[in-house]
Amino acid sequence: MKAALKPLLDPLLRDNPVTVQILGICSALAVTTSMSTALTMSLALTAVLVASNAVISAIRRHIPAQIRLILQITIIAAMVIVADLILQAYAFAISQRLSIFVSLIVTNCIVLGRAEAYAMSNPVGPSILDALGNGAGYSAILLVIAFVRELLGFGTLFGITIFPTVANGGWYHPFGFMLLAPSAFMLLGLLVWAIRAWRAEQAEPTATPVDREGVLT
Amino acid sequence: MPDLNPISLWQRLLAAPNDSRGKTLTMAFLVSFVAAVAVSSAAVLLGPRLDANRDAERRARLEALIADTPGLAEILPGAGIDSLEVLTVDLRDASLAAALDPEQMSELSADDDIAGIGTRPDLHQIFMARDGRDLALVILPVYGQGYAATIRGYLALGPDLNTVVGLAITDQSETPGLGATIQTPGWLALWPGTRLMDEAGDIRVAVVRGGASTDYEVDAITGATRSSNGVQNMIRFWVGPLGFGPVLDALRNGDLP
Repeated sequence: MKAALKPLLDPLLRDNPVTVQILGICSALAVTTSMSTALTMSLALTAVLVASNAVISAIRRHIPAQIRLILQITIIAAMVIVADLILQAYAFAISQRLSIFVSLIVTNCIVLGRAEAYAMSNPVGPSILDALGNGAGYSAILLVIAFVRELLGFGTLFGITIFPTVANGGWYHPFGFMLLAPSAFMLLGLLVWAIRAWRAEQAEPTATPVDREGVLT
Repeated sequence: MPDLNPISLWQRLLAAPNDSRGKTLTMAFLVSFVAAVAVSSAAVLLGPRLDANRDAERRARLEALIADTPGLAEILPGAGIDSLEVLTVDLRDASLAAALDPEQMSELSADDDIAGIGTRPDLHQIFMARDGRDLALVILPVYGQGYAATIRGYLALGPDLNTVVGLAITDQSETPGLGATIQTPGWLALWPGTRLMDEAGDIRVAVVRGGASTDYEVDAITGATRSSNGVQNMIRFWVGPLGFGPVLDALRNGDLP
């Protein structure tokens, strides 16, 4: 049982796509100024990831090796466009705030990474679990960062006031830096540091080995 | 006789080695075809909802533009855009038209087409507000090519039909953080007071880098030259001779009501 759930549970912390593999950073920085955009982005990415992993895994035995990447990207891109249209139709306000980042899911390394690393060589069931696990791992990091940024930057969570700000007659001075992208970089760095301090096996070797030509090995 | 039974053809395809030329081409075609069908059906099925959302968004931006225009609330009988007068104008001869007709288009030559729109619809709806019998405000719909996609907006002109009283951007897909600044209140607030033409009637309005110094200039957005130029060219085109220029002249001379 535990082995069967490994693809679902591993990416949550032990092999998290964001904090361990440092993938999907661009969107993690861009959409985390509020919980609602981070949650919408997380759901969109997870939906695309599950659908693309399932389809690619289902036809994996018939994908010619030379054109496998372009077939994967075609499948992923079609799903991203559909997801973007659905968001624009049913959650227009949030899709406006996410602007191009939904369509940029197609370039999110997590999606192509899971297709190539997992779905191409595993059956549909485990591929869906793997997609759910990676989607959840990505979502967890996004939501943690968005929680800190929205709470400190606006004094709200999901738009509901937690700390009444000075502008609205309260006591809290919003920390404007939290609304800028560099703050997300720093929070992500602190998070990676905290996780690796707690789970030392995730830390990379201190020095990157470089051969005599200066090429990373 | 070749075997044309679709079931056995399908089985032969599945059994074919993955790297054979036939299977590579067939798989490429099948995947693209299914993807194309999925995307097109989503676009067609969701189309009405998408259009309704975009219209509502445009309307909301136009409402906000009116709400932000000083002194307008006092002269409008009701609230919002329903109290504006709507005029359908024909750009070819600056006359009134009965109804919009998207079929009537004019081709633009490359030299004339500074806004990058290709063809120009001849009939447009403009919005007006009056203070008694005098014009108080004219709102023109404008659009043009930005950096990533078409930028659409509304340009509000004061009673002299030469001074901008407000600009609203309703649709844009510029780069977030750079070109998308064209839609932020801070940048749009630079527009009111900008003049379009000098006394000789030459269009002078411009988006300039390095600090606006005259009434005709607005600061460009750093790092978003093409988005800034897109807005400039769109406004220059639509107030120019091939845009609403003749209509504005007619309004000024009293040839149009």
